[in-house]
Amino acid sequence: MIAQSTIADYVAPGVDWFALSPYLVPAAGALVLMVVGALTPTWPRGLYAAFTAACAVGAGVLSLFVWDDITDGAPGTLVAGALSHDTFAHLVALTVLVATALVALVTDGTLRGTSGDGPEMYALMLVAAVGAMVMGAANDLIVLFLGLETLSLALYVMAASDRRRTASGEAGLKYFVLGGFASAFLLYGIALLYGAARSTNIGEIVEYFQTSVPTERNDALVLAGVALLVVGLGFKVAAVPFHVWSPDVYQGAPSNVTAFMASVGKAGAVAAMARVLIVALPFHRDDWRPVIWVLAVASLVVGSLLAVVQTDVKRMLAYSSVSHAGFLLVGIEAAGHRAGEDAAGSGLQSVLVYLALYGVLVVGSFGVITVVSAARGGSSDLASFDGLAQRRPVLALAMTVFLLAQAGVPLTSGFVAKWGVIQAAVDERSYAVAIIAMVAAVIAAFLYLRIMVSMWLKPADNDDAVAVPGLTAVAVGIAVAVTIAVGVYPQWLLDATDVVSQYAR
Amino acid sequence: MLDALWLIPAAPLAGFILILLFGRRLGEPAAGYLAATMVAVSFAVTVGVFFDLLGNDEHHREHVLTLFSWVPVGDLQIDMALLADPLSITMALFITGIGSLIHLFAIGYMHGDPKFSKFFLYLNLFVFSMLMLVLGENLLVTFLGWEGVGACSYFLISFWHTRPSAATAGKKAFVTNRIGDWGVMLAMFLGFTTVGSVSYGALNHAAEEGGIATSTATGIALLLFVGAVGKSAQLPLYLWLPDAMEGPTPVSALIHAATMVTAGVFLMTRMNPMLAAAADWAPEIIAWTGAITALFAASIAVAQNDIKKVLAYSTVSQLGYMFLAVGSGAYVAAIFHMVTHAFFKALMFLGSGSVIHGMHEEQDMRRMGALRVMMPVTAGTFIIGWLAIAGVPPFAGFWSKDEILLFTLASSPVLYVIGLITAILTAYYMTRQVLMVFFGEARWESHAEDHGAHGEFRPHESPPVMLAPLVVLAGLSIVGGVIQLPSFGIIPKGWRHKLEDWLHPVVEPGEAVIKGTSAYDAKVWLAVLAIVCALSGIALAVAVYGRRRLRAIEPQLLADGWRYDAGVSAFMGGPGRRAFDALARFDARVVDGAVNGVATLVASTSGRVRRLQTGNVRSYAGIVGAGVVLVLIWFVIVRGVL
Repeated sequence: MIAQSTIADYVAPGVDWFALSPYLVPAAGALVLMVVGALTPTWPRGLYAAFTAACAVGAGVLSLFVWDDITDGAPGTLVAGALSHDTFAHLVALTVLVATALVALVTDGTLRGTSGDGPEMYALMLVAAVGAMVMGAANDLIVLFLGLETLSLALYVMAASDRRRTASGEAGLKYFVLGGFASAFLLYGIALLYGAARSTNIGEIVEYFQTSVPTERNDALVLAGVALLVVGLGFKVAAVPFHVWSPDVYQGAPSNVTAFMASVGKAGAVAAMARVLIVALPFHRDDWRPVIWVLAVASLVVGSLLAVVQTDVKRMLAYSSVSHAGFLLVGIEAAGHRAGEDAAGSGLQSVLVYLALYGVLVVGSFGVITVVSAARGGSSDLASFDGLAQRRPVLALAMTVFLLAQAGVPLTSGFVAKWGVIQAAVDERSYAVAIIAMVAAVIAAFLYLRIMVSMWLKPADNDDAVAVPGLTAVAVGIAVAVTIAVGVYPQWLLDATDVVSQYAR
Repeated sequence: MLDALWLIPAAPLAGFILILLFGRRLGEPAAGYLAATMVAVSFAVTVGVFFDLLGNDEHHREHVLTLFSWVPVGDLQIDMALLADPLSITMALFITGIGSLIHLFAIGYMHGDPKFSKFFLYLNLFVFSMLMLVLGENLLVTFLGWEGVGACSYFLISFWHTRPSAATAGKKAFVTNRIGDWGVMLAMFLGFTTVGSVSYGALNHAAEEGGIATSTATGIALLLFVGAVGKSAQLPLYLWLPDAMEGPTPVSALIHAATMVTAGVFLMTRMNPMLAAAADWAPEIIAWTGAITALFAASIAVAQNDIKKVLAYSTVSQLGYMFLAVGSGAYVAAIFHMVTHAFFKALMFLGSGSVIHGMHEEQDMRRMGALRVMMPVTAGTFIIGWLAIAGVPPFAGFWSKDEILLFTLASSPVLYVIGLITAILTAYYMTRQVLMVFFGEARWESHAEDHGAHGEFRPHESPPVMLAPLVVLAGLSIVGGVIQLPSFGIIPKGWRHKLEDWLHPVVEPGEAVIKGTSAYDAKVWLAVLAIVCALSGIALAVAVYGRRRLRAIEPQLLADGWRYDAGVSAFMGGPGRRAFDALARFDARVVDGAVNGVATLVASTSGRVRRLQTGNVRSYAGIVGAGVVLVLIWFVIVRGVL
């Protein structure tokens, strides 16, 4: 009887299909790939990649329309408060979709003609992209967890996908084991918060803490829940000391998958962290901000220092991505000063812009690595870049642009990104972390210069024919164009993303 | 024509680009004619602009043409803008006019040189840069031209870079000019921080309205003067100019006599309101620097035997006159002397080029003599140039030098005496040069074998393409004085002070007023005194070098240029070098040591931290677990319980 009456009382939530379309299109694309791909012989000439990219671009265009709707109207929530309907979510979605499209193009160059070619990898990519987008849009901690697991499970499989190399399998397994470990912390954190607020909905959690008395807010179990959320998300972001998995996994996974992890994976994780800390837990900002400060500094210092001593380019970029995570945490720390206030400052905007620009950059970088290491039978040793400028001057030039941008040299998008977070930190008078970030950028510059020296100044120790597949060239070209265009004229991007601090819950 | 202002620098720039792209295919002499045509086009446009400005009344002779916004960074808004006003157009007129004549001359002079088209490439680039320098509407555009002419000057001095002396001379010019450039840059920064703009209009307006403190104005004016000292070869930075004679002679005529070296005088004139707003001792420093340089260089010229070295020291000396004028507030006289000097010094440099060409690359005057017979046109035009620089009326040099001396007397009798002694020396050493080269006995016959000539060696007259510019410049050296005739009784009223009326809107704030002083009342007697001095200088030289009545006094000390150059070299090579070495050691040990120390520290720390990265999942989980414990301790214990 009880069950019956509950069903009778149940009112199906209204579903705004158009607002959901950016999430539905890649999911549908993945289904089409799996079903149609299983029934038809291998698709010729990069059609898998083209289809994947088309899904991503199509979803991106829809996302732009939705963005327009939001800025014309007001942010809100979707599907009974499960998802946020705000520009924050859609900037993350756009970041993820652009990176997915570019990675799909690069992947075609790696897989075509090998036994790994097929619809599976592309379907996983689209599913993972939906996961990352949901992480950025989640307005409910359980939905956030679902997005995170959708992303993570796809990534575990993708990391292990290169059956020819044992390192790939090892990377997949390590990531899986440690990822499961971290997910457990996250889930436990959600449970503890639910215990206090009696809801996993972010809007309701905020409402609970708003009306609660300080002793309730500072209950040990609530604080333990916040701590475990920080840990779980810190693992996905690869912030020191929760970064330990990333060098091994980045190095072991196929380069195109590494590109995906560094761009889409990081975007989803950082967006989720920003969503949870800034949107859901503004009343605990003084509790979590010092922890984020410590994580940021540790990531900046350890990432930059360890990147310098590596001899493998993918491992170098893994540590450099830890250092980038540090920069992103600097932005979150800055946003934390005024989380929940109306005048939110530029912290959140700087983080999301950083994610978008870094996503394009890192796909470009790994695109070049994919091509170079393919010529070396999958090895990405620094020596394989020796004399690249003589063999492939245009490729070397593109890599140089990406490396300069990662180092934060002016007139590249990397400068715009780093400038944004450091300015946000300075605005909030977090001078110490801003100075540490700048010093770390200088140390990290050494690493990028090492790769450049290897490409331009060392003689070629081999004459491996570096073949650049057409679609990879397109992806790298687009990434270079974006990197320079945004670097030279950043204002439109900053103006357009000014609205992201008006989030919904 | 005013809107076609951009064409003035654009034409030589187009020439530069065309020769850059097609230079080798054009070859000789097409590349030379192309370059000359481009400068001539520029001249024609300048003439058009000149008449347009002349048609406007005095207060509307200023036209700014903004091409594009060059440096739009926050508060710093700098336009790529050109300014046509009486001063810039006067400069542009003689730069393009004399420039095209020298281009024409160079076609003959550089005949057979393997790098013929490259020479004109640099020459056109130089004219473009020089025009940007004078036409610039703000200090930054001028500085662009300033650096451009500097670069071209280095390229052209070491044009024959296979000669070690040419390469060294280029380096010397580069290093010395850097010191001056530093001054201009600092002046620019100081001007910007004070006024918030680097445009001449804004800076000069602020100076006139008293918007700049006296000390700041003094700083800006003197820093600009540091730049001028470097570019215009004044003491103590004149060293590079005599060495610059290693370049081809047309370069010496164009860059190191007529145009580039006058850039300093131009800059001081352009910024004259700043100088007027500066402390009183600032102009005095300039006047004294000019006067001492004029005397010093003239004394050295007396004992030189290289035909071009005499002219080089003479140029330094004449530039000293111009700074003497600037320091005395006689801006019109400075520009007047700049123009007449450009006429007669370009003429004499080209004449010496013609002599060197006819003598098969011989430059030592002791091996010349009696050349008037073989080279009648060269000799005739050179003699006109000599009379002009010596200050014999009615040639151009007399009028401009007289005007400077008049203003000098009005400000300081001591400076006037120095100027007068310099005038006597000038007449003396120029007469010496003319006598040694064109008169007396032929001393080249005994040296015929040195010239590598087969059989009989005879100097020959140059081809018409080289003589035509000489004739034109000789004509200008005769009549050049008409642009600024003094108000003597016999000169019709309508002919007087043309240049002064024309430049009046530009120089008004800084120009000294001497009407009513005792010097002004005695101006006719002063002119007579100047003529007497010039003639006595000539007579003395004739007695020594023509009639051989007196023994020549050419002490080695003067031939060595008062050992100034050697002294600077010795200092720089001795204590200077040791100081630089000490600095380098400091840099290597302390600065680099700190940097390397950090790197070593980074490497060793990284090496230790790296050992944590074992690749073992269990230890990774341990690290994550430890992190979890620390985070929990913070939240639960520190934030929750405490």
